[in-house]
Amino acid sequence: MEDVEIKIILEALLFVSGEPLSVERVKNVLEDIDRGKMRNLLWDLQHEYEMRPSGLRIAEVAGGFQLITRPELAVWIKKLKKVKQSTRLSKPSLETLAIVAYKQPIVKSEIEDIRGVDSSGVLKGLLDKHLIKIIGRKDVPGKPILYSTTKEFLQYFGLRDIADLPTLKEFSDLTVEEGGDTSIVEHEEDAPVILPLEPTNP
Amino acid sequence: MSYQIKLEAFEGPLDLLLHLIKKNEVNIYDIPISLITHQYLEYIELMKEFNLEIAGEFLLMAATLTYIKSRMLLPQEEKAGVDELEEDDPRAELIRKLLEYKSFKEVADELGKREEIWRDIFYQGHEPAPAAAADVTEEDKEELMIEVGIFELIDAFRDVLDRLPDKKTLDIIPEELTVRGRMTAIIERLETEGINGLTLYELLDNDSTKRSIVVTFLALLELAKMRVIRLLQVEDRETIRVFKAESEEKAEGI
Repeated sequence: MEDVEIKIILEALLFVSGEPLSVERVKNVLEDIDRGKMRNLLWDLQHEYEMRPSGLRIAEVAGGFQLITRPELAVWIKKLKKVKQSTRLSKPSLETLAIVAYKQPIVKSEIEDIRGVDSSGVLKGLLDKHLIKIIGRKDVPGKPILYSTTKEFLQYFGLRDIADLPTLKEFSDLTVEEGGDTSIVEHEEDAPVILPLEPTNP
Repeated sequence: MSYQIKLEAFEGPLDLLLHLIKKNEVNIYDIPISLITHQYLEYIELMKEFNLEIAGEFLLMAATLTYIKSRMLLPQEEKAGVDELEEDDPRAELIRKLLEYKSFKEVADELGKREEIWRDIFYQGHEPAPAAAADVTEEDKEELMIEVGIFELIDAFRDVLDRLPDKKTLDIIPEELTVRGRMTAIIERLETEGINGLTLYELLDNDSTKRSIVVTFLALLELAKMRVIRLLQVEDRETIRVFKAESEEKAEGI
């Protein structure tokens, strides 16, 4: 198959897929094409979308590729779909999420140790919103619950994977001696990382 | 007054310490512990005055600070052979905690910015964002504004209280002075004259007694918690402005 043909198929698959489309899932459809090539073609396609005037773009989020709208079109989309503007997460929620994201799996007491405040309510709220999940219990006295972030967390913040998070500054300096490696998911390849949308840093 | 607001829902003792460090523009690696402890205790007193329920964590931190302060006052023990004082700095653990917390706060800010962008992005199978549960809406015209934290608000009210004439008046308090009543009054004022928000001073201009100022403070806190209002300021230490949160209908009819 020609590259152009494959890209056309990929585009259709992206359109119908209700969630980020992973290379693995594409591989189940297009069996003859190897992963590396598939990934490259998806990046090509992503690039093409960026190059032409389009209301859509392709983002790499939550371990897959996804067709998304451009943020500047939100006004129109909201008018069409009558979307209610959602509330933003509170500061305590964002803080707790940040801690869970970097230190997962983590138990409540460790989170509270860092934040210095009781975090039960915040954790419950985050569980309800499916931004974190329970992944088991720690094998220590009391068997406390272990939390980790979810795929929805990645999607909510438009992150490719956990390694996409900004690096902790001073903190990383401080933990060097502990050999603390905060990255949980490794990038599969040394590929050009095209972030879906970098927040503009001043 | 039997009206209490739980502070921990807003921010914790480490937030207060970082606030003080920032406010005094001191070096986090070399915290003037005496000064910071003094101010920290002052805040706790003020919170008591504002009838904020002070969570145990705040008192624990107060004890920790006092302990560190007392250790700093003691003459350094002459340990034979140990010339490195750094190891013995009683502040070391606190500084480590503050730095760790601070860096997570920075990441949280970063996540907040990403959230802001991704709220406006749609895709197949898009459901209302997970955080939509509360269904509260707001329109962000004030991009330059930053949201006010509880400690900035306390600072502002402290200024007002400090400016009260120190005359001993008889506190004849009309019965209708309740937080609930004040909450209604604030909303009414915001609806009639506060399209561009009201400053704290405009809201307070009829308050002449300490008690009525405290009631206003509590009313604002409660309204902010219910997300009926937003408290914003242009930049750090600028005047705080109170806005009514945009209603759903308004936001939909863009």
